[in-house]
Amino acid sequence: MIDQILTWFPVMPTWVAHAIWYLIIIVLLITFFSLFAGPVSWLERRIAGRIMSRIGPNRVGPQGIIQWLADGLKNFLKEDLIPADADKILFRFAPYPVFLGVTLILVTLPFSSLLIAANINVGILYVVGSWGLVVIGILAAGWASNNKWAYFGGMRSAAQMVSYEIPIVVSILTVVMMSGSLSLQSIIKAQGVYPWEWFVFSHPFAFIAFIIFFISAVAEGSRTPFDLPEAESELVAGYCVEYSGMRFLFFFFAEWGNLYIIGALAATLFLGGWQISDGLKEWALSYGTIFPHVLEVIVFQIKAWIWVLLIIQMRWTLPRLRVDQLMNLSWKYLTPFALICLLGTCLWMVVFPHGVSYVSYALVAITAIVIVYYIWRVFWHLRFTKSKLNIKWII
Amino acid sequence: MGNIRTEEITLSMGPQHPATHGVLRLIVKTDGEVLHEAKSDMGYLHRGMEKVSEKVGYTGFQPYTDRIDYVCAMTCNQAYSTAVEKLAGIEVPERAEYLRVIASELNRISSHLIMIGVYSMDIGAFTPFIHGLRERETVNDLLEMLCGARLTYNYARIGGVSSDMPPNFKDKCIEFLDHFEPIVDELNRLISFNKIYIERLANIGVVSREDAVSYNLVGPNLRASGVNFDARKNLPYSVYPKLDFNVPVGKGKMGTPGDCFDRYWMRICEMLESCKIVRQALKQIPDGEIMAKVSRKIRPPAGEVYTRCESSRGDIGFYIVSDGSDKPYRLKIRTGSFSAMSIIEKMAPGMMIADLVSFFSSLDIVAPEVDR
Repeated sequence: MIDQILTWFPVMPTWVAHAIWYLIIIVLLITFFSLFAGPVSWLERRIAGRIMSRIGPNRVGPQGIIQWLADGLKNFLKEDLIPADADKILFRFAPYPVFLGVTLILVTLPFSSLLIAANINVGILYVVGSWGLVVIGILAAGWASNNKWAYFGGMRSAAQMVSYEIPIVVSILTVVMMSGSLSLQSIIKAQGVYPWEWFVFSHPFAFIAFIIFFISAVAEGSRTPFDLPEAESELVAGYCVEYSGMRFLFFFFAEWGNLYIIGALAATLFLGGWQISDGLKEWALSYGTIFPHVLEVIVFQIKAWIWVLLIIQMRWTLPRLRVDQLMNLSWKYLTPFALICLLGTCLWMVVFPHGVSYVSYALVAITAIVIVYYIWRVFWHLRFTKSKLNIKWII
Repeated sequence: MGNIRTEEITLSMGPQHPATHGVLRLIVKTDGEVLHEAKSDMGYLHRGMEKVSEKVGYTGFQPYTDRIDYVCAMTCNQAYSTAVEKLAGIEVPERAEYLRVIASELNRISSHLIMIGVYSMDIGAFTPFIHGLRERETVNDLLEMLCGARLTYNYARIGGVSSDMPPNFKDKCIEFLDHFEPIVDELNRLISFNKIYIERLANIGVVSREDAVSYNLVGPNLRASGVNFDARKNLPYSVYPKLDFNVPVGKGKMGTPGDCFDRYWMRICEMLESCKIVRQALKQIPDGEIMAKVSRKIRPPAGEVYTRCESSRGDIGFYIVSDGSDKPYRLKIRTGSFSAMSIIEKMAPGMMIADLVSFFSSLDIVAPEVDR
């Protein structure tokens, strides 16, 4: 693309072309990020409304779909309040690492075979590293606010994120081992199109590793049942108790951005990413060269959004863990099991270098049964509920 | 590591804090997340009700009783009017007694729904709270049919009740009960038997039988610790002796008897028992007057009286001393929330902050009932 820009504007120096190109990418990514975080906040509130048998925001725009714009505008207009006793520099600085940590991950997310801002060869290492930035911001926010509740929130969050990074990294390592690469694109290409070719179903250890990855990622994003840093009934609002206006919004951008990151990483690492079958690709190619990529983006988004919706549903169903239970879960269950999975994957790869196809089929079948049970359960609840229901399929 | 100097943090939990549900304050000393001490500080909602009663007279004080415990105002109404009736020797028509029982039990259901919802909200689950409030709306509709108000009812009056039930009340009430009993199962499926919820509640804040008695816990909190005492059974008043119901006692459903889960579970069981009582009362209710002949100014003979009624937060007692005039010489209200506050200081050391929130909520303290 840079060459193309140079052919359009021949007088332009090369570095300017580079700068323009990167600027375009940055603007696109940030736009995508805010366009995700905004509407998903509306979506979450609507889904929460349905779960709680109320309506949710439905006034601003059709079905309240631009409620997030109104909220954002309101937050822009709020007074930017910094407490008198706060560490002012740190207080101002704190939202940015949180925001940045989540946004930086977007750079390496492969939306399709072509649509990736930077295909770094140590992509997953970069992802884990930039995810770690979030904790710095939260800890800084908790400390700089000079508020005891914020301090507790910051401390909790630091403990939580540091402990949950270990199971995440170890479960990601199983994938790295199976694919033999750290680059996200090659991880996707190492998997196949169909479910039984995905890493998650390749053998039981990978399956467990995926579950560990998902639980730890939810904890890393501090969503319920792991939302201890901002536990409103215990710590008022946790680390963001003193924040208002736009700075507060940055934290929430990061929270909802995290949702998508979790889904996208799960899709990339375990669920085959953007891959579509060759038949579908040829059919799409007959309509134009761009269409296979459109299909790939759609496939990737579907895989990512399943997890986004699942996490939203979990948030409005489950209560919150206690601090020591949270630590127990990480250190006594998730980390040892993740290590066992790593070891098991090693053994499996040595014993069955080409994989065992019927194990994959069995795992796919088990997952299908779980999904069918889940759907049946939802409908069972809908049928036998005595609550006054008003179900509309368009929310 | 031994040389690191650690300091206690003094936290002021409240008067504005999401977990205190009202203007209460806990002065908490913690070492990290572990509590060393929690002292309750109250008085933020003191309105001088007992003094007010000495100025406004017996009839005038009736609406004030709503404000003692606005979550379960019916039983406060009932307890106060029972006390005055006993003092003045007023015979209440039986229909009025039944109406009082129906209203109080419906109010008990709505109060327990709030407790269950708020408790699960404190534990971090929001949905049961909204579901509880949704069901409470129907109870409020029913009580509105009875007396026209949805929160501060002023329904039980000295000598009877303010108005008879409208003709379609019985059907509506049965309809609600038929709808509500399965809802309890739904709530159980949604939250009560959730693994995380049980982990947060079971074996937390275990109040022993002896402590529960010596710290004067009452109502569901007392029964959760294994003491089978219910004013409706043990000190029968109104028409409760004619009604058949069980008193649930804590047996350690998910952990130890007297833990937070037992206190929570008592509320779930009591809601079902209340449904049973309302059904029976609706079947048995006789026709007749709803108000005894009471003079406008009540002048009870000189003397004193103490009555205990079972409110949803336990015993509510009214001690009235009369000097023969139309105003009480002294009126003392004894409430369950006030005595429940005292046990926090005993139980708190060694708990975590999250446990304190769980324990505090399980006692079901309503702020205006503490201070009056």
